[in-house]
Amino acid sequence: MDFKLKIWKQKNAGSKGKFVNYEVKGISSDTSFLEMLDILNEDLIYKGEEPVVFDHDCREGICGMCSLYINGYAHGPDAAITTCQLHMRKFKDGATITIEPFRARPFPVIKDLMIDRTALDTMIQAGGYTSAKTGGVPDANAILISKENSDLAMDAASCIGCGACVASCKNASAMLFVSAKVSQLALLPQGKPEAAERVLNMVAAMDEAGFGNCTNTGACEAECPKEIKITNIARLNREYFSASFASEL
Amino acid sequence: MVKLNSKIPEGPIEKKWSNYKDQQSLVNPANKRKIDIIVVGTGLAGASAAASLGELGFNVKNFCFQDSPRRAHSIAAQGGINAAKNYPNDGDTVYRLFYDTVKGGDYRARESNVYRLAEVSNNIIDQCIAQGVPFAREYSGLLDNRSFGGAQVSRTFYARGQTGQQLLLGAYGALSKEIKKGSVKMYTRHEMLDLVVVEGRARGIIARNLINGELERHAAHAVVIATGGYGNVFFLSTNAMGSNVTAVWKVFKKGSFFGNPSFTQIHPTCIPVHGDFQSKLTLMSESLRNDGRIWVPRKKEDVARLKNGEIKPKDLSEEERDYYLERRYPAFGNLVPRDVASRAAKERCDAGYGVGETGLAVYLDFESAIERLGKDVIEERYGNLFQMYQKIVDENPYETPMMIYPAVHYTMGGIWVDYELQTTIPGLFAIGEANFSDHGANRLGASALMQGLADGYFVLPYTIQSYLSDQIGVPRFSTELPEFAEAEKQTKEQLEKLMSIKGKNSVDHFHKLLGKIMWEYVGMSRNKKGLLHAITAIKELREEFWKDVRIPGEINDLNTELEKAARLADFLELGELMARDGLDREESCGGHFREEYQTKEGEALRNDKNFTFVSAWEYMGEGKEPKLNKEKLEYEAIEVKQRNYK
Repeated sequence: MDFKLKIWKQKNAGSKGKFVNYEVKGISSDTSFLEMLDILNEDLIYKGEEPVVFDHDCREGICGMCSLYINGYAHGPDAAITTCQLHMRKFKDGATITIEPFRARPFPVIKDLMIDRTALDTMIQAGGYTSAKTGGVPDANAILISKENSDLAMDAASCIGCGACVASCKNASAMLFVSAKVSQLALLPQGKPEAAERVLNMVAAMDEAGFGNCTNTGACEAECPKEIKITNIARLNREYFSASFASEL
Repeated sequence: MVKLNSKIPEGPIEKKWSNYKDQQSLVNPANKRKIDIIVVGTGLAGASAAASLGELGFNVKNFCFQDSPRRAHSIAAQGGINAAKNYPNDGDTVYRLFYDTVKGGDYRARESNVYRLAEVSNNIIDQCIAQGVPFAREYSGLLDNRSFGGAQVSRTFYARGQTGQQLLLGAYGALSKEIKKGSVKMYTRHEMLDLVVVEGRARGIIARNLINGELERHAAHAVVIATGGYGNVFFLSTNAMGSNVTAVWKVFKKGSFFGNPSFTQIHPTCIPVHGDFQSKLTLMSESLRNDGRIWVPRKKEDVARLKNGEIKPKDLSEEERDYYLERRYPAFGNLVPRDVASRAAKERCDAGYGVGETGLAVYLDFESAIERLGKDVIEERYGNLFQMYQKIVDENPYETPMMIYPAVHYTMGGIWVDYELQTTIPGLFAIGEANFSDHGANRLGASALMQGLADGYFVLPYTIQSYLSDQIGVPRFSTELPEFAEAEKQTKEQLEKLMSIKGKNSVDHFHKLLGKIMWEYVGMSRNKKGLLHAITAIKELREEFWKDVRIPGEINDLNTELEKAARLADFLELGELMARDGLDREESCGGHFREEYQTKEGEALRNDKNFTFVSAWEYMGEGKEPKLNKEKLEYEAIEVKQRNYK
């Protein structure tokens, strides 16, 4: 298969970027999207040019490092996968493919397609955990948790922190990301003691980092590679309101 | 020469760890504040250690090359984590977990370390629950368990097929809490490129800021290496693209011994290789062997008919299929340990019974499990794995059997450490996959997560204090010391040399060639002739690399090709050491299979009389052969036998 590629190139955070056109030829349909970029980069190196920089690591859809915006979709046109799980068989032979970084004000470009997502870590540091220290905890089976709640917590906990939700949202809101962690811990007895403080602190950190507000368009849910549901956002709102009222009393 | 002292505590095996804790030296809270510790790596071992040391009051600097500590490759572990809880009431005990692990490792692990691992395994599960890790549960609200290879009890805790992710996010949460508190300072997109040794003790590191290419000096009272395994020496492996040996290799060259470098785990259930452009291999969790049955056709005619599309796997009747693991190992069946399952697959494929395009694949079939349990149950257990398979291969495993083949997955070898997890350089510690200690010649499934977290939460935070207790009077180090300047200079020179070659071929070109040599001669089965060939071939390739590699871009800038080249330079040295170790070990044990040493049935044949030791290799300088030191392994609590899974 042959493809024309329109790829965002940007020297560093301070400079202006632009699209550059490339071509790749003779690509097998079993090639993954990132392997196609590997082939392009090998080509560029042999031609004496600089390769295109992009983030990637596990290449099996779980580390959350890959982050490409392909033909207008975070992680490309296929549903429920990350960029590294996308294969060229999903594209038509001869097609032009546009590749951009995830765009959002809190995610500045570092170089080409590589972005800085430190803001996601900062929001977790604001309270996305239980404060249990190592040691001195009860037996794992001491507290029963209904299978239903445990499964819902697991659904929310599947978030890989890639930022596709932010990139897909017209407001660049991180509500799906924050709500996934808030929900996971609100659903479990171990997370309850700090639930109110957690939701208030994480939402405050989200606002401070410059993420936008949620207007319930559902774009985040549609693009999430792990199919995290927006019902988590509803749960976050519930948690947030009850925590705000409680803190005012 | 450094005399190897494993520092195994006195007393019977079940008392050693408590005896150690009763008598060890500790650092009091006021003094902890005065002590700095560097932890390199943020996987299960690194993150849990950094968080726990921060909680205790030490000042911790934590480094990772990824953009966030949450991305370390522990995240990709699928199947589960072992613990001797005996919740299913099926007869598990700490001793049994210890026994299974030593036996699974083919009697090449240090007994006292493994017993301690089994002992703290239950604490790990408790800790994770307190962090909000959503392990699978039963309708009763209690935790669920499943079985894994090499065990006859169900002791594996799991969170769907994403156990590593959930455990790592638990540790990452604990780490985030400490970062917020200020006890841990996090350095992302930083790669350790050298260790700084001052007066014989580890006192800091040289790290490269990957965004601007600057070299930085960081000082501390102790350094902890938690940078994982070196499977990427094979180019194709289940490791992440960035996983590398550099930190481990640099400390080896500064005086840490390297334990059992040739002990590599080839995982039996991975998606087969499909082309030259392939960048990595994807694992399909061992947990699939709970319900999946492995087979190849019984007759070669059927292999040919399958290949040309005349028939589909479904068309073959039970009698026409060879469930070779169930046939050869009736007691453990599809749940034999990984090394045994991998070799059995290779044996069938080499004999011409392999399926798929290349003939290098076997079937993993869920038909009978779906009939027995229903599609819903299989989907709940393995849904995400089935989806992953379908996305890659474009076939539906609910309808047609998966095709799998062994792939490089884990390295049991690593930095030699004593009972305190300290290396042969005082003040330098190694934890998790980066050390050699607990898995012998073969690791059992669901034991890597257990070891990473055991080391980080419950072992290192104790044992490191024994070293630090006499360091409390030592003031903070200045990075202006000549040792820092010298280490930085050497690092800078190596990077400049790489950039100055301006040759014809790319880094990946050389890495693929190295991978081919390693897979062919230092892979699933090895022999003297092949290993000798590998040593020469790797040397030649290394010379070629240093003459002909082409790295575009600038040295003082973000440069992904330079990062890869620096890592490959170390892999090119490591590969030779692995071959040398494999050559020296004239026996077969666990994942190390020497063709010259096998039983009539083709099983691994150990030579306990001459090889019941850990190979601890010592770096002797550029261009010189490394020296082999031996740590004799003594088994007091366990009777050494030939492994039998029949």
